[in-house]
Amino acid sequence: MKNKTSEPDWPANIWDVLKKWDARLVAHVPDAGHKRLLELCEQDKAITVAPLATEEDGVALLAGAWLGGMRGALLVQSSGVGNCINMLGLPRLCRLPLLMLVTMRGEWGEFNPWQVPMGQAVAPTLEAMGSLVFRAERAEDVGATVDAAARMAFEGPQPVAVLLAQRMIGAKAFAK
Amino acid sequence: MTDARKFPLRRREVVRHLIAAREDLLVVTGLGSAAWDVTASGDRDLTFPLWGAMGGAVSMALGLALAQPKRRVLAITGDGEMLMGMTALTTIGALRPANLGIAVLDNEHYGETGGQRTNTARGTDIAALAKACGIADATTIRDDKQMPRAIAVLSNGKGLALRVFKVRMEELPLVLPPKDGALLRDRFRRALGV
Repeated sequence: MKNKTSEPDWPANIWDVLKKWDARLVAHVPDAGHKRLLELCEQDKAITVAPLATEEDGVALLAGAWLGGMRGALLVQSSGVGNCINMLGLPRLCRLPLLMLVTMRGEWGEFNPWQVPMGQAVAPTLEAMGSLVFRAERAEDVGATVDAAARMAFEGPQPVAVLLAQRMIGAKAFAK
Repeated sequence: MTDARKFPLRRREVVRHLIAAREDLLVVTGLGSAAWDVTASGDRDLTFPLWGAMGGAVSMALGLALAQPKRRVLAITGDGEMLMGMTALTTIGALRPANLGIAVLDNEHYGETGGQRTNTARGTDIAALAKACGIADATTIRDDKQMPRAIAVLSNGKGLALRVFKVRMEELPLVLPPKDGALLRDRFRRALGV
């Protein structure tokens, strides 16, 4: 196990970046890796948390919100990226911002082989659909990486994803 | 014609009334016939017609409604598009924005792909689905007598509402909106002032 006290609180760092960029709509299908960030967002009265049944709804939801002048972010697990493929054509073609924060499975010490196919396909899938893809491998890099991604997403505007590495999140946390 | 008796409502009439009811409506349409119907009522800056992104219309309208709580937002889509996006009804039912109307033009067919029957022709009840997801004000409209109230509720109402309009399957002239997504985006945001 990692010693949590010596590591940067990367979910809180992401929350800081969301506040900095005035992202007030957080759409998600939950993932264990996003648990703390979601709790921070739920506690924040200025942020609307939209629970999704499937991830592609969040792509369209955030497109509509931005059309109305509201910024947001999509929080998903790697497997959820696959559900978004066709809908990613919307922000690309209409040149809308989309900030995706993807907690990775199927890449580092994964105990569940069913997570591996989509986990391995996340980056090429996003790139094929015209999204920029950043990765954060270490907790101390998360804030700066998400901040850089948010800048390019909102000032593009364009779709940008940050893949939060499974090694950082902690593969063991999921082991049964 | 039996179809005309069973389905007295015509989609372009329904849409014309919905759009005419309120000048400052923010409108998102599903792809295909719904987009052509809305454009037949006049190309307008505050309408965002989708040409793809099937299943995304009501989610997009929800986002707009959350971003613009003081404006009335109307999603206009077809039964096939709504069926693909029906997961979004759970999110809408959870957040319940008071400024969102959803109009589903249900002709029980995929009109753009050869007229295959949708599952609403085989028993799926979209209004019942909406209700089950927490959208309490959801009903199906079948004739002219029910129309004025339905239009008022969707376009000028003060609450979350969904209406399924059972409309006739018909071949109509194509009236196409602009296709350039960036243009649609720019003119919408400019007209809205964001």
